This record gives sequence, C-alpha cells and structure tokens, in this order.
Amino acid sequence: MDSIFLQILNGLDKGGAYALIALGLTLVFGTLGVVNFAHGAIFMLGSFCAVTTQNLLTYSKKVKDESITYFEAFKEVPYLEIWWGDTGSFIIDYKVPFSILLAIPVMLLIGLAMERGLIRHFYNRPHADQILVTFGLAIVIQEIVKSIYGANPIPVPAPAIVAGSASIGSWIGLGESVVYPWWRLIYLANALVVISAVFSFLKFTTYGMVVRAGMQDRETVGLLGIDIQRRFTVVFGMASVVVGIAGVMYTPILSPDYHMGMDFLVLSFVVVVVGGMGSLEGAVVAGFMLGVLQSFAAMNEIKSIFPGIDQIIVYLVAVIILLTRPRGLMGRKGVMED
Amino acid sequence: MTTVLNVSGVNKRFGGLQALDNVNLKVEEGQTLAIIGPNGAGKSTLLNVCIGRLAPDSGSVEFHGETLIGKQPYEINQAGVARVFQTPEIFPELNLLENVMIPALSKRNGAFHFNIISRMREEKQIEADAISFLEEFGLQDQSDNEAGTLSRGDKRRLELAMCLVQKPKLLLLDEPTAGMSRHDTNTTIELLKKIKESGMTKVIIEHDMQVVFSLADKIVVLAQGAIIAGGTPDEIRNDPKVQEAYLGEEQV
Amino acid sequence: MDTISRKGELRMMALFAVIVLLMPIWLIPFGAAYPDLLQKFAIFGIFAVGFNILFGLTGYLSFGHAVFLGVGSYAAVWSFKLFTMNVIPAVIFGVLFSGIFAAVIGFVSLRRSGIYFSILTLAFAQMSYNLAYSVLTPITNGETGLQLRLHDLRMIDGLFIEAGEGLPLTNLFGIKMSGYPGFYFCAVLLILAFYLALRIKNSPFGMALKAIKSNQLRMGYTGFNTRPYLMSAFMISGMYAGLAGALLAVTDPLAGAERMQWTASGEVVLMTILGGVGTLFGPLLGAGLIKYFENIFSSYNDALLQETFSFLPDMLNNLMVGIISPFVGDGWHLTLGGLFMVIIIFLPGGIVGGITMVWRRYMKKRGASAEMEGETS
Repeated sequence: MDSIFLQILNGLDKGGAYALIALGLTLVFGTLGVVNFAHGAIFMLGSFCAVTTQNLLTYSKKVKDESITYFEAFKEVPYLEIWWGDTGSFIIDYKVPFSILLAIPVMLLIGLAMERGLIRHFYNRPHADQILVTFGLAIVIQEIVKSIYGANPIPVPAPAIVAGSASIGSWIGLGESVVYPWWRLIYLANALVVISAVFSFLKFTTYGMVVRAGMQDRETVGLLGIDIQRRFTVVFGMASVVVGIAGVMYTPILSPDYHMGMDFLVLSFVVVVVGGMGSLEGAVVAGFMLGVLQSFAAMNEIKSIFPGIDQIIVYLVAVIILLTRPRGLMGRKGVMED
Repeated sequence: MTTVLNVSGVNKRFGGLQALDNVNLKVEEGQTLAIIGPNGAGKSTLLNVCIGRLAPDSGSVEFHGETLIGKQPYEINQAGVARVFQTPEIFPELNLLENVMIPALSKRNGAFHFNIISRMREEKQIEADAISFLEEFGLQDQSDNEAGTLSRGDKRRLELAMCLVQKPKLLLLDEPTAGMSRHDTNTTIELLKKIKESGMTKVIIEHDMQVVFSLADKIVVLAQGAIIAGGTPDEIRNDPKVQEAYLGEEQV
Repeated sequence: MDTISRKGELRMMALFAVIVLLMPIWLIPFGAAYPDLLQKFAIFGIFAVGFNILFGLTGYLSFGHAVFLGVGSYAAVWSFKLFTMNVIPAVIFGVLFSGIFAAVIGFVSLRRSGIYFSILTLAFAQMSYNLAYSVLTPITNGETGLQLRLHDLRMIDGLFIEAGEGLPLTNLFGIKMSGYPGFYFCAVLLILAFYLALRIKNSPFGMALKAIKSNQLRMGYTGFNTRPYLMSAFMISGMYAGLAGALLAVTDPLAGAERMQWTASGEVVLMTILGGVGTLFGPLLGAGLIKYFENIFSSYNDALLQETFSFLPDMLNNLMVGIISPFVGDGWHLTLGGLFMVIIIFLPGGIVGGITMVWRRYMKKRGASAEMEGETS
C-alpha cells in the first residue's frame, strides 16, 4: 500500500515534467503546425537560466580567511553576502525560485527570436524539413551551451528549507515511514499551477480564444481580419516560457548538462503522440499517465515478471497507440492521421 | 453484351443521414454511364463504395462478377478499374514518360515485383507503349519535363494517359472537368469522346451538364441518396422529376 | 530518362572504384590518408548510401537507423567470439541479423507515414538502446560494451589453429583486417554496395519507390501494393546499416550500445542531407565530409590555431583564434549543426544538389548564348 502510494506520487511528479514539456511541444504543433525538434533544447536552456542565476548571485570576491591564523588563507565570498550579509545569503539560498524571474523574460525572448528568425520560414515546408532544421538548431544550441558551461552537470540545489523530505505519510495516516522529497512535491504543484495557467489563458481570455480558434481552422480566423500570425508568434514565446519554467524547476532534481534536452526530447514526443498531436488536454493526460505507468513499471514486483519493462514501457505504449489509434488518446479525428 | 459493373441494393448511412438509399445500377460493356445530381446527393459516396473505400451497410458491388467490397485500391486497379480524380493525381516530381511507364509496369508486373536488378532503361516495350500514349494525348513534346510543371488541363490529359496505358476494363471519372477553364473543359470533352469511340467502358460523375449530355449513353440521376431517374440523355432532359431536383436546388 | 546507359554505368563504376581504391593516395594532401579514417569513410559511406535508399527514394525519414548499425556490430562480434575470427561469417551475420531487426521494426513502423513513421522508428531506437543497456546485458555486455576475450569459444578457429598468446585479430583467411588491408576490405564492399544502390535506383523497383515518394495515393490506384515495396526498401537499407556495423566490428572488434542511440541515427541523416538526399554520390560525400571534419576539426586546438595564423600580427592572431576556436576541437559539432541548418535552409538538395543546380544553370546559359550566336551569324 505504502509503496503503491509512493509510486503514484512518483509517477505524477515525473508526469508533471513530461506534461509541461509536452504541453509546450503540442502548443507549437497545434498552432503553428511545426514539428519542433529543438524543443528539448529550449527545456535545457530553461535549466541553464537557473545555472546562470546561480553564477550571477554567487559572483565572489577573494577575501582573507580570518579563521585561519597560521598562514595567509583566502576564501571566496559572494558579493551579495559582503554587501547585504544575511539577506544576501537568503537570496542565494533561494536561487531556484528567483531564477524563474530571469527565465520568464529570457525564454520569451528566445522563443520570439526563434520563431521570427527561423521557424516562420518553415511553415510551408514539409514536416521532414521542419524536423531536420530544428534538429540542427538543437545541436547548435546544445553546443553553444557546452562551450560556455562545459560538459559536466552543474548542481543547483534547492533552498535549504525544502532540501529534505516531507513526512507525507503522517499527514494522511500511512505512518512516519512514508516520506517524499519536498522539492518533488513542489515540482508537482508547480506543474499543476503552470498547466492551469496555460489552460485558463486559452479558455478565458479573448486572446486565448483566438489562438484556439486558429488551432481549429487557421484560414477562417485569418479571414476575420485577425493577425493570427502575430498571435502564433506569441504562442511560441509562451510555449518557450512554459518549458523554460519546467527546466528551471527541474534543476534541483537533475543537475543540468548540455545534452539533457535531447534526452527529454524523444520522451516528450512520445507523450505528445500518445496524447494526440495538437491536443493540449491529451498532452497533459498522457504526460501524467506515462509518468505513473513508468514508475509502476519500475517496481520490483513488476520487473520480476517482465524484465526490462521499465526501460521500454513508454515507447511500447506509444507504439501500441500509434498502431491502434493513430490520432492519440484525445486527438481530433483527421488531424495528422495518416 | 456483358455487365461490367453491377451495383445492387446498396445502402449506406452516416449517423442520421441516409447517404445511399437502395441504389441499383448496371454498366454494360462499352457504355458510358453518367451519374449526376445536386450537391450532397451522394455521388461521391457512391463512387467511394464502387472503389472499395467505403463499405456499404448492405448490398453488393460486383465487377465482372467479382465483389469489390473490402478490396484495397491496388487490388481494384489490378482487377481492371482505373480512376481519374477530381484534381489530377499524378507523380509531380517525375517526368511525363516515367509517369506513364509506371502504370504500364504495374499492368505487366502486378502489385509487387521485386526486380531490383533489371534496368528501367531496358524496358523498351513499356517505354514504347508509354511514348505512343503520350503521343496520342499530344504530350510527346514535353515527355522529359517534370509533370508538376504542367498546366491543369495537361495534367488531366496525363492522368488519362496513365489510366489508359493500363488498358482498363472500366474507367471511373470523378468530375473530370471540375475547376477547369472553358477551353480546357472543351478539350477534355473532345478527349473523352475519342476514348469513348475506342469502346472504353466509363462511369462519369459530373456536375457540368454540357459534359454529361455530350458524352453519356445513359444517365442516372441521384438525389438524397436515391436514384430518382435513369435513361438516355433525351429522356433525362425531359424528366420533370429531374428538373424538380435541380430547380429545387437552385431555389435554395 | 534520367538513368544512364550500360556503358555509362560501367564507366562510372570504374571511375568510382579507382577513386575509392586510390583514396590512400589522393587524400594525402588533405591529411586524411591514414587507415583508421579511410576505413571510417568507407564504412559510413555504406551506411549513408543504404540510408539514402530509404529516405532518398521513398521519402520515409527514419530516426532509428543506428539500431541496425548496432545490431550489425553485436552480431559480428558474437561471430568472432563464438565461431571464428574470419570476417566473412561476421559480415554475413551482421547483415542477416540487421535484416531480421529491420523486418520487425519495419513491419510495425511502416503502418504509418510522415512524422508518425519518424517517431515510431525513434521509439524503437530508444527501446533497443535502453534494452541493450539493461536486461540484454548478457548479450550486449551493457555499458562496458561487447569485447573479445581470451577464452572465447571460437569453435571453428579451434579446429584449425592453436590459440596463440593474447587476443586474436580479425582476419580474412589469414590477412589481418587492421590498417590498410582492413580499409581495402571495406572499400571493396563499399564499391559493391554502391553498385547495388545504383542498380536499385535505376530499376523498375527504384522507380516505384520514387513514385511512392511522389504520390502514394496515385500509386495505390495505379495497382501497386506499396507496403511490400516500402518493406523491401526498409529492409535493404537496414541491411546496409548492418553491413556497416559489422565492418565497424571488423576493423575494431567491439560493440557498444551508444552506437544505437538516436543521436547516432541523427548523424546518418546529417550525412545524407549534407551531401544531397536522393542523389547517388551525395550521401558518400556527406559521410566523407562529416567523418573528415570530425577527425580534422576536432584535433585542432588553440595552439594549433595560433600556429596557423602566426603570419598575422599578434592582435589579429588572437582575434582570429578567439573567433574560430569555439568551432573547432570539441566544438566541431557546433560547426556541424550550423552547417546543417544552412544546408536545410538554403540548399535543400545538399551539396550535390547545389552543384547540379549551378551546373544546369551554366549549361542553360551557355546553350542560350550559343543559340544567340547562331542567330547573329
């Protein structure tokens, strides 16, 4: 019972990340009709926003270490601590939440620049060309990041107060032994918040309504005298912000390195396909579903029956879905079905 | 005279819509049958049932005594049915000669033939066949051009050449002059007349009355999924039910 | 017709064979005439030529072709371990097993087309890669990779030869398959593979594949059952990849799962696109260029750059080194990615496509001016 509860939680949490990434991917596909292989790279850039914030906040000065008296010793002290003392330390400790402030404008700009500079010229090219050019872009982005930040993963810890585990079991009466890392709970909550924000934006604002209408029938919306092109540019920016936040918040869970984007890319495509190309609800549902499936497949009881199932379950589900129901769980009929 | 295509008792429902209602028709060898009817009368549905893309709820579609229901497009073609589409379906990236050689290869080799070693260049008989058909359709001067660069009228000609090089037993034409200029329409009619003279059995689905009355031996009028009249062009012209169906549409 | 005559074909093949076999000579000025690199040219040439049979002719973009490369390598190494160090059985096993894998993956993936096909192949590639790292460790030896051991079975070799000291070497009936002999073995197979690809391209079968790419709907109504055509193309191209994988093992008898990762599949896509999709020589050129730059560019470092620009005044020298150094050495992938984007954006036909276009324009111009002259005279 305990372990099943934890697995569900684990799966939801993993699924939160999948859902966020897939949401951005399917937003872009649904609105712009572009298959974006650089999406994973944008996720990675989000993570590196957190790394950059960390680097900026901990920019240090060499000062003499007074505690050592036998010889001249120096230690690095961040300027923030020198200027503001405890407030500075506090800010440094909370670098991950703070980096979201940096990530939002930066990711928006990156998204807009990408759409304006490259993606726009590929709307009318075949999907294969879109895949290829964005694949090339992904390589370029990850190599630039590698040349700036190096090839090794850079740890970015969560604030100290949430570094440990929550004794979640005692909250719901499962006993003290059931614990779960705080940050993962926060990640799940964050995913839910961002997902709801995106959906309310699309459902309740006129801007969002036009975008949704454009997803259904681009031509007609264009005929109504609405500059759908421009709105789609904004959507691309928004998708970048969503996946960027997913990346920032993921850094305490997985230390970012330059190829994390590629690793997540394939998975997020699988999520989008399972959910249904261009279906936002599908992407979210499939994200959580695959997350949960994956963590159950990783249980020893299951693995002893089907060895290796945890390694392939997600892809297996995708293959089965594609063959039996090509439009995905919640895709509209006729959209990209052949 | 033998019956080429025999559609009997075909019904098809989409939800609440009776798309086809007990449709019966027979196409005799050498005959040109035209199916006309206002928009939404079920013409396309009928065609799709005839070529196996839609399975009817009941009834049968037989081609030379063999059922076509549930067959794949390639099986239907191999049985001897060639199809012309509303918008010409050709191979735009290949040249005209290749466009016509491919159907000829299919006719000779069947649905699948793993001949990776023989040379296309040495298919002299196929090539000669293709060239003669291109000549017949007045396309020989362009035979090295990519098919995608042709005008719409020429694409239609090419598509007809591609169908006829297979010497089909039945030619299905889905609005062969849709979206064409008057001039292209006229040349296409001339072409279809020529084909008719060669004794080809044809089924034409058409909107354009001029086309229908200048080509058909027999006309079937479809309205709301049912055949409301059938007969020679003259009979149809004077049939009050037909006028009603069409006038009714115009009043809307 | 766009195909060449028998005589032209023969001449082209002869020229091609000469070019390939003389690579150790004419590549000297490029600093590429050492066996390791030459072997890679030939092996990845085979891989790319095979990939082009699928992508170039049918337009089906597989993002999982590296699986077959990996399977070919594993099969070859097992052949060394179990039977003999002779390379012929290894190559046969490599091709055979990759063919079986291609049959299975193709059977499922080819039920869909377009982007779904790409994603299906991607999913299969990831599955194979993950399995190779986890439960299939007894076969693949997991992260360490499959290697030869002193006490391998080698049933057939055991019958004829006394086991010597140290690890045995791969051989072709006694000829060691390292260094130049290894290159020539790969080169001969490349020539054969290229010839087969040429024949396929110019055959009615190849014509059918091109027609499938052009208009699959029309193909069906023209009486072609497209599935077996696509299936055969997929299997042939998978077997090419398997051959390449086996040759990788022949020249260096070990196999690792990283060979199957999807980014490795991306590499062969890059090669094909860079050289020119659907062209005969494009994929070869692309494979050669990428492997060349991988070796040459990645060996450049700042010191070497300083030396290269030593004729410039100090300030300019530092500037040049500063500008170029991110693009060479470890950063050569950046150059590759950038180049690739430029090709897709401006030159979808790749290098060969671009050259053909320029050539045609030139010929047209010349034809036009010749006509004008004819009129004036």
